[in-house]
Amino acid sequence: MFDPKKLIRKGLPKGHFKDAAVRSLLAGVTYLVVIIAALLFGKIIVDGAPVLFKAEAPFVDFEFLTAKNETLHVFDDALGNRHQLPAAAYSAYLDKHPGEGIFNEQTFSYSGGGIAGPIVGTALLTIGSMILALFFGICAAIYLSEYAKQSPFIHAVRLAILNLAGIPSIVFGLFGFSVFVLAVPIITSTPADRSLLTFPLFFGNYFVSFQGWNSSLMAGCATLACMILPVIITASEESLRAVPQGFRDASLAMGATRWQTIRKCVLPFSLPGILTSSLLAITRVAGETAPIMFTAAVAAKDDLPWQGLKSPFDLLSSQVQALPYHIYTLAARIPSSEYTQRAQYGSVFVFLVLVAFLSAGSMILRSKLRAKLKW
Amino acid sequence: MHVTLNPTETIQQLGTSVSVRDLDFSYGSSPALKDISVEIPAKGVTAFIGPSGCGKSTLLRCINRMNDEIPGTRITRGKIEIGGIDIYDSSVDVVKLRRDVGMVFQKSNPFPRSIYENAAYGLRLRGERNKTVIDEAVEKSLQAAALWDEVKDRLQESALGLSGGQQQRLCIARTIAVQPQVVLMDEPCSALDPIATVKVEELIWDLKHEYTFVIVTHNMQQAARVSDKTAFFYMGELIEFGDTSKIFSNPRVKQTEDYITGRFG
Repeated sequence: MFDPKKLIRKGLPKGHFKDAAVRSLLAGVTYLVVIIAALLFGKIIVDGAPVLFKAEAPFVDFEFLTAKNETLHVFDDALGNRHQLPAAAYSAYLDKHPGEGIFNEQTFSYSGGGIAGPIVGTALLTIGSMILALFFGICAAIYLSEYAKQSPFIHAVRLAILNLAGIPSIVFGLFGFSVFVLAVPIITSTPADRSLLTFPLFFGNYFVSFQGWNSSLMAGCATLACMILPVIITASEESLRAVPQGFRDASLAMGATRWQTIRKCVLPFSLPGILTSSLLAITRVAGETAPIMFTAAVAAKDDLPWQGLKSPFDLLSSQVQALPYHIYTLAARIPSSEYTQRAQYGSVFVFLVLVAFLSAGSMILRSKLRAKLKW
Repeated sequence: MHVTLNPTETIQQLGTSVSVRDLDFSYGSSPALKDISVEIPAKGVTAFIGPSGCGKSTLLRCINRMNDEIPGTRITRGKIEIGGIDIYDSSVDVVKLRRDVGMVFQKSNPFPRSIYENAAYGLRLRGERNKTVIDEAVEKSLQAAALWDEVKDRLQESALGLSGGQQQRLCIARTIAVQPQVVLMDEPCSALDPIATVKVEELIWDLKHEYTFVIVTHNMQQAARVSDKTAFFYMGELIEFGDTSKIFSNPRVKQTEDYITGRFG
């Protein structure tokens, strides 16, 4: 017999307490993660923001962004005033006040001046490696998704590429060191003693020497490119597959060759997707320390990368400073004190802001393009 | 070496555009078409009818070698000739073949570009750069597809803004803009409403004196309305082929009669 009164719930439903406990546990874990992240970022922002921002116009301390990195000298003058001067200003001070006593002098490496060198170096590494990775990655993705027959071999290749994405970045660093720094061929008139293989060219007095590119911008770019290639290939392949098969059929049935079809009907519609996924890869390239430690980065460099170059090629074969490596150096190589915090927190803060901008940019771009490309 | 498909003369002599001879075709190891022989006349409309999975679309896709794109498919016996040339011969350039044998798909698939660019696509593929030539061809093909009056003021707008029926007519315009010998249509109206279907049928009716149409359809009334010849397929075999009026009024084979009277399929 149907009794409508039985439908009306009396008291708490069955399993209420268990349900509430599970719910509060899951919520607790979630908010714990959020709180920890917020505390971490809050600390960096609280300590780092004052370095970058000022109370008076133009509110941003451009000097920190544009000045070269120098050693910080901390000392008292004869009157007992404390001075904190980067190396250049310190020499100027000594020249200006000859014979005056300097007391309690301390020096802190890398802590004075600004971080122009690391910012520029990271930018160069990022641009170079993205150009390399996009070129190789898109080529491979086009082959895998448009040309290759779906055979077990291609399946294995795809799986291998996916697995490559899981390799720790330090392994890529060592790989880059042993291949790009020590082994890849160059053309030179004076082969190094440690060259693995040398043979002469037919013109001039040049040799092909398998001696590597040394620790240089191009070795770093190549290593970083290797590291993100799997990401780029996978993302590009997905974007290519997202283009409806109907476009390809229609184009082929119109008498287009396969390449014409790809160039006119597949690539233009998948390029936005490829580029937005690549923007996410940019944040990874910009942030990695391990791959560039042995291949490109240098802790201290007096000149900006393009200063004192004889040829454009020198830019590629010179070492650069890099923001993540700079942060590592500041954190691990020098003793922490009140005088080094400005550089430490400032660098981390600038780095966070850069990455946040790149991520936000890629998300906005992606949502805009998604809305635009509908079929 | 590429053999040019220039069958206009041959068609007038033989009265045949596409001739399928003893064709066996298989997907992997499972046969899809068995011993098909059809002589499709030049100019006019030939309809392929039959229940789902009977091989009519497969045969259609064989005619412009679109099946080449599907891995594991092959012709195991027989041949298809267009204007006396075996299109599966190794000397035939499949790209040039498809320029002469256009295809309209079941699902309308205009490119997400402007209406103008869609209609001009084939000409651009052929390397045509003269704007006046392209303009003329675009206008002519859109007029032929009965679309010109509806879109002439918004040629530069995206083709995706058109209705389903307009999109399908744009696909037809895109195909005939390059004046192919044969136009293959794979259930062109199956996703359209009745009014849009009538428009497409009228357009086929108007154009059949200039092109050879081969149309696959599930809709028997449509086959009866638009086609001159009808081929009935069942289980990968050609059961009956003949004049549409004869097939629909007085079929020779019992299976055909059963199918068109709706007793199965």
